Amino acid sequence: MGCAEGAADVIRGTVRFLDERLGSSSFLRKTLRYVFPDHWSFMLGEIALYCFVILVATGIYLTLFFRPSLSHTIYHGPYEPLRGHEVTEAYLSTMQLSFGVKAGLLMRQAHHWAANLFLAAIVLHLMRIFFTGAFRKPRDLNMAVGLTMLILAVVEGYAGYSLPDDLLSGMGLAIGYSVVLSLPVVGSWLAPLLWGGNFPGSDAFISRLYILHVLILPLAIALLVSIHLFVVARQKHTQFPGPRRTERNVVGSPLWPAYALRSIGLLVIVAAVVVLLGGLVQINPIWLWGPYHVYDATNGAQPDWYLGWLIGALRLMPPLEIHVFGYTLVPNPFFGGALFPLIVFAILYAWPALERRITGDHARHELLDFPRDVPWRTAFGMGFFTWIWIVFVAGSADQMAVHFEIPYDKQILFFRIAVLVLPVVVFLVTLRVCRELRDTGAHPFRPSASTRVARSE
Amino acid sequence: MKSLWRFLVAGVVLLLARRRREPRLERPEFRAGAGAELVVLGLLGVATLGAVAFAIVYFRGADTQWLGAALGVALAALGAASAVASKRLVLQDKEIEPRPELEDPAAQKELVTTVPEGVGGITRRRLLLAGAFGAVGAVTGAIALPALSLGPAAGGQLTRSPWRRGRRLVTEDGEPLPAEEIAIGTFRTAFPQDADREQIAAAVIVVRVPEDELDLPSDRRDWAPNGILAYSKICTHAGCAVSLFRYPSFAAKSPKPALVCPCHYSTFDVARAAKVLFGPAGRPLPQLPLEVDGQGYLVAAGDFSGRVGPAWWGVRRGRPT
Repeated sequence: MGCAEGAADVIRGTVRFLDERLGSSSFLRKTLRYVFPDHWSFMLGEIALYCFVILVATGIYLTLFFRPSLSHTIYHGPYEPLRGHEVTEAYLSTMQLSFGVKAGLLMRQAHHWAANLFLAAIVLHLMRIFFTGAFRKPRDLNMAVGLTMLILAVVEGYAGYSLPDDLLSGMGLAIGYSVVLSLPVVGSWLAPLLWGGNFPGSDAFISRLYILHVLILPLAIALLVSIHLFVVARQKHTQFPGPRRTERNVVGSPLWPAYALRSIGLLVIVAAVVVLLGGLVQINPIWLWGPYHVYDATNGAQPDWYLGWLIGALRLMPPLEIHVFGYTLVPNPFFGGALFPLIVFAILYAWPALERRITGDHARHELLDFPRDVPWRTAFGMGFFTWIWIVFVAGSADQMAVHFEIPYDKQILFFRIAVLVLPVVVFLVTLRVCRELRDTGAHPFRPSASTRVARSE
Repeated sequence: MKSLWRFLVAGVVLLLARRRREPRLERPEFRAGAGAELVVLGLLGVATLGAVAFAIVYFRGADTQWLGAALGVALAALGAASAVASKRLVLQDKEIEPRPELEDPAAQKELVTTVPEGVGGITRRRLLLAGAFGAVGAVTGAIALPALSLGPAAGGQLTRSPWRRGRRLVTEDGEPLPAEEIAIGTFRTAFPQDADREQIAAAVIVVRVPEDELDLPSDRRDWAPNGILAYSKICTHAGCAVSLFRYPSFAAKSPKPALVCPCHYSTFDVARAAKVLFGPAGRPLPQLPLEVDGQGYLVAAGDFSGRVGPAWWGVRRGRPT
């Protein structure tokens, strides 16, 4: 009993100490009572946030060993097949980190897995936002913040796996360089500017890539995360319609005590998944790819998944280039590598405004839509994501050619047609299904009320 | 030029026109002086010109002084414009803002009840709390453990020395050092032959002292052939290279010959085994025993008399390995 009183005294003392100096009590009271709606799909953004935290932590560890330098040196390490080969300091230090540093490979692979998970969580979070109409006023601004973070995260991931200067790094950079070079008119100035010369660029390029990866982009993402969360806290969460839930309230669990524990649990579980993957599932074995040389490339190279849609677009694009007065206005890589993502993100950024324009609905929305209740939006979204997904799958056509022995050119032909036809088909089917579900009131996965009654009898 | 003038006049007119509105309630009517507006406009013009000048200099040779001057003037003009505008162009009013109460006793009270209330239903509270502390502590420790991969365990690294009996002293150019080249009143830097010069225990200072002035401990009597002495070049205070040699030009009045570290002016007595004469160093410079080999070159007769470099926990224990 005396112990409990002692604890209460400590709490009271701490609360008063802080309140007298910071005036923090009313803020803390509100924070502890902040209500989180209970729905699993609300965890996706949180998973992305925790991946970012893990990325920063593991990334700092990697910087303690990695040397961003393109100076040449000879490999003498424990990996037999590479001994005596000329490699760069960047590659060498990544090898040393992987083989010579206790827990080094675990950290490296965990970092890489966390990056993949980070992007996956962001994309799923984005789809949740899209299909439930969570982007409607007043959250359209925050959707733009989120989309910007997605772009930064893709670039950040690309910069990260370009650093070790292994064969895949170099191939990815060669493609990235070609895409920048293909930007109409400005490309031929911009690409050598960024790379410090014609590809592979000057030795300073890796320093630029490094500072981009370890400071500029993480800082930008961290800043946007803060804004994103601040806006969420300001506007409070959306919620699905349900008993006692209105446009004017939020129904769910308060932060203290259950949700706080649940969220900490989620952080630790995300960390667990990342560490398990990092320890048990090999990722980016740069010793198998070998060091990069401009004159080297490998078959069946696959980038990290979040770049699959771009490599797919580059592979799908027919050999079209636009020439004006003997000048190549639009080189081919522009279409797949720049125009395609530009269109995708333009649609996503513009969607909240587009939808307002289409529906004429300028009201504030705090209750989410069930996807089937807005058939046309859901159908458009399904068609849109199918479009991207087919391009993404087309990026793996070479792998499928190897594993399933489907001729590569036949696949590309198929995908070129599919990318135009399938989105329309999916749009129409989804529209139909949603209308059906909306009109009958049935749930797609759960047994309907009538069957449930029948079963209990 | 004419159009630029028109542009300026239009700008001034716009700024002036903006002022014509109803004076606010209970506020002194405020009107910016035409002179101040012109001054601000001029400053903005200077800032623009400075920026343009910066670009021109950048593309024409990028002379550092001109670059700095152009951008500096541009920034200074912009800063001045904003300062003048804040003083002379905008409404000058003063307000009284009440300071918010920091303490909120009601909120405090609620917090104090909310926090324990949340965990009030737990019966084995102390046990669970101990368990949580234990688990979180253990996991945190595990996460922090890979920090040990950063470097080797400290001990062995600190005591490494490349000096062995018979190892030749070489100059910066890698040439062996003849004993007869060491003159009284000069000092030379020498390194162990065929060893990494960048390690802390490599570099030594070689000096010569008249043999009758030598005052070495009895066990070091034969460490200085012909009065030639070698000490570690790394200061025992904070690891700088001891690169100054104070030598009396007129012995009767000047202080003793000494080695001086330029970082914090630790001063070591050359003739008396580098005893600290002055300054913050806590130990003498370690001495390297010397011999002259058959060809007249200087060689080490063993390792240093003590640990090289700044002090640590075990600095006085054992001899270097």
